[in-house]
Amino acid sequence: MEGSIAELRETFTSGRTKSVEWRKKQLKALLDLINENEDKIFHALHQDLGKHPAESYRDEIGVIQKSVDFTLSCLDKWVAPNKENCLLFFFPAKGEVLSEPLGVVLIFSSWNFPISLALDPLIGAISAGNTAVLKPSELSPACMSFLSETVPLYLDNKAIKIIGGGADVGQRLLELKWDKIFFTGSPRVGSLVMTAAAKHLTPVTLELGGKCPVIVDNFSSPSKSKAAAKRIVGGKWGPCTGQACIAIDYLLVEEKSASNLIESLKKTIKRFYGENLKDLKNLSRIVNKHHFERISNFLKDPQVAASIVYGGSVNEEKLIIEPTILLDPPLDSDIMTEEIFGPLLPIITLKNIEESIEFINSKPKPLVIYAFTENETFKKRILSETSSGTVTFNDVMMQFICDALPFGGVGQSGYGRYHGKYSFDTFSHEKAVFHGAFFPEIEPRYPPWNDFKLLFLKLAYRLDYFGLILHMLGLKRP
Amino acid sequence: MGSEVEKKAVFDMEAAKVVVKELRESFAAGKTKSYEWRVSQLKAILKMMEENEPQIIAALREDLSKPELESSIYEIAMLKNTCKLALKEMKHWILPEKAKTSLTTFPSSAEIVSEPFGVVLVISAWNYPFLLSLDPVVGAIAAGNAIVLKPSEIAPASSSLLAKLVETYMDSSCIKVVEGGVTETSALLEQKWDKIFYTGNGRIARIVMAAAAKHLTPVVLELGGKSPVIVDSDINLQVATRRIIAGKWGCNNGQACISPDYVVTTKDYAPKLVDSFKRELERFYGKNPLESKDLSRIVNSNHFARLSKLLDEDKVSGKIVHGGERDKTNLKISPTILLDVPQDSLIMNEEIFGPLLPFILVDKVEDSFDVVNSTGTKPLAAYLFTNDKKLKEKFVATVSAGGLVVNDTTVHLAVHTLPFGGVGESGMGAYHGKFSFDAFSHKKAVLYRGFAADAFVRYPPYTNGKLRLLRALVNGGLLDIIRALFGWSKA
Repeated sequence: MEGSIAELRETFTSGRTKSVEWRKKQLKALLDLINENEDKIFHALHQDLGKHPAESYRDEIGVIQKSVDFTLSCLDKWVAPNKENCLLFFFPAKGEVLSEPLGVVLIFSSWNFPISLALDPLIGAISAGNTAVLKPSELSPACMSFLSETVPLYLDNKAIKIIGGGADVGQRLLELKWDKIFFTGSPRVGSLVMTAAAKHLTPVTLELGGKCPVIVDNFSSPSKSKAAAKRIVGGKWGPCTGQACIAIDYLLVEEKSASNLIESLKKTIKRFYGENLKDLKNLSRIVNKHHFERISNFLKDPQVAASIVYGGSVNEEKLIIEPTILLDPPLDSDIMTEEIFGPLLPIITLKNIEESIEFINSKPKPLVIYAFTENETFKKRILSETSSGTVTFNDVMMQFICDALPFGGVGQSGYGRYHGKYSFDTFSHEKAVFHGAFFPEIEPRYPPWNDFKLLFLKLAYRLDYFGLILHMLGLKRP
Repeated sequence: MGSEVEKKAVFDMEAAKVVVKELRESFAAGKTKSYEWRVSQLKAILKMMEENEPQIIAALREDLSKPELESSIYEIAMLKNTCKLALKEMKHWILPEKAKTSLTTFPSSAEIVSEPFGVVLVISAWNYPFLLSLDPVVGAIAAGNAIVLKPSEIAPASSSLLAKLVETYMDSSCIKVVEGGVTETSALLEQKWDKIFYTGNGRIARIVMAAAAKHLTPVVLELGGKSPVIVDSDINLQVATRRIIAGKWGCNNGQACISPDYVVTTKDYAPKLVDSFKRELERFYGKNPLESKDLSRIVNSNHFARLSKLLDEDKVSGKIVHGGERDKTNLKISPTILLDVPQDSLIMNEEIFGPLLPFILVDKVEDSFDVVNSTGTKPLAAYLFTNDKKLKEKFVATVSAGGLVVNDTTVHLAVHTLPFGGVGESGMGAYHGKFSFDAFSHKKAVLYRGFAADAFVRYPPYTNGKLRLLRALVNGGLLDIIRALFGWSKA
């Protein structure tokens, strides 16, 4: 392992990865990899998670294709230095900010979107000119194998390496010195990654999770309510059957509107996914036995089980849990205190929808807050009185594919961000460059100090150019 | 004295918890988010600086023997400028930034909203105790946070003056100063902060980051390193020399994170350069620099001993070509130049942070880059004096450091449009100008969507037709979408 990393460092030092041509070539190769292996990817995702090709395309392949295209079209602009204005005092000096690669970077990806969450950060690392190690999650083994076997066939082996394995491999990697670590996963492991990074003062980006709430206000028209229900169902069970950092975790609605909403959700679930456990389709499965048990255990709490209003059945052999809705489970139950990361949707009713703000603030800051509402004042309150990585109004998930928006968390949901140019930035050092001129030379910069020089400098710092001139002409009184 | 000891013994974990709790309550009450509050606090800092200039200068003289001009300009005037800039620009900084949306999310609008992190901890250093305490605090206030400031105990007069002034001038329900050393800092670091801003050295920075990791707290680390100055031959020698001297001995006598640490120049040019230094040094500091009032002293006996050790090492003690005089009682070392120092000496393997300037000699000036890059760590700043355009380009392209300056030293600190921060061992994150505001803000992404044009392809049941359309929507332009809708695309 140390040998591989040493090779990456050598490659980086040689300067090869800094060239824009190299970066573009790698990105294009990545696109070829995706385009030429679509079926293999569909197959691997189906094996690991039971994903339907449409879901795989929408959440994994399409995401990468779009990301590469966007990066290729913008890369020349991003690598160009940013000219900055310097004060008149420094004339004719020039300033600029130049993005340069950090060096050798480590990317940890997670098992729920094993292709896109692995390759999207890699796109950022490559576009910024780094060499990289990608450590995919062993919980999605088919995808990990796919990446390990296929990436070396397309990308520069001496600059980009896939290192597979379990937690022990991850730990060994963390002991080495990296110039940046990008981690997608749970807060618990995120903390371990940052602690390891601290030993080498390695900057990190942590893309974590949290309990992403959806606030559902009342709508003036039933068609909007129906559309909202559709989007909510799509945003809960659509992405990997709820096993996503930005999936809806729980729902907040007014008491009086709860039953209508639940009916709407039930209808939509049946239409999208089937009438019952036997006929379930278009849904991923739970990734493995451990998570299956973890999620099933939420329902073992008798008070929680009593609050089930739809679903609740499980198929242990096939690792399937049907879409389940719960109405007002106890607030101190595990299902309401831990991130669910699965197909259970607790609905919490409130007297007044505005109480949702206080409710959300009583929990750690999530990655996303979703809010379905037409009330502009309420929207403003949500924005200014809650904190989250992102806020999305009247939809779900869409923020993920918006290249212009930074994607990242705050507080327990992480720090740092990526997508679009933010991916490039997250793997870059923004180096300030000041081009000074030998002339003119300003005497008062130098000792021996005296009152004249002191006043000169004070005036200069106040940007009092007129006063400076007077002072130099001997006309200014101190 | 007795009550001071009492006060220090009392600040433990419990006390730290109480402080954080109070600040969290103030933050939750929305006090610090108000624009008026932020303006009032920035104005308070300005007033504090204006009304206490002589006291600040006196405290700095006591802690560091800092010359009045350095205190006046680098600590007070710079800080006032930072406040004024924030007061002027804050109304722009707090505005949401519109983000462009694409066809894929049509119809939608997006923006990025800056919001405060919450309760932040600023730990500052001893060499510029006022500037490095209040400059980050200005950023934290502008961004709307509640703050604990922990000044360095190695500059005790400044620390206690800061504590007194902040309590008198600022809103102590939202901004507090906690003084102390290792015990107090450790107690603070155990707490959960929403951001930690640390200025200091790499060893402590690791401790700070590890503590922050327990709570997933993001950090800015402003550290240091060995900032090299590469000097080419065909330059305005006098100007270059003076600028290097100003950046080295003129900045707290070399005790600054961006002070030129060592010089790299050609064997041929070195004699001329050294002579120029000798001339200008005498012009600036006189024949007896140990008595010059224009030089700070070494901060304390620990650092004096450390620097003495660097000079006494066998490998370098014979290389002193200028200076080398020491006054242990008054903690002074005269501006010292060492010529042709070996790269494996102690002085070349730690950040000097003092008035010693080693010269490394190379055959050709281009070889300097290898010397700089071979140290294995990236410094906070790197400097080059040259008129050669190609050399400048190579410098900018191959030397990695927090910031680079061509034909001057340290001035980039004062350019607020340039981010000031390190990379690798010299740190992470940046500040100054708007970058300070950004360092203390969470940039929240906001997406507004409408109900019109719901892309039915998003939802199951999944069919081939939908897959085709999805591909076109995600990847293609308008034409692809139309084609897909009519079933004309291939796959």
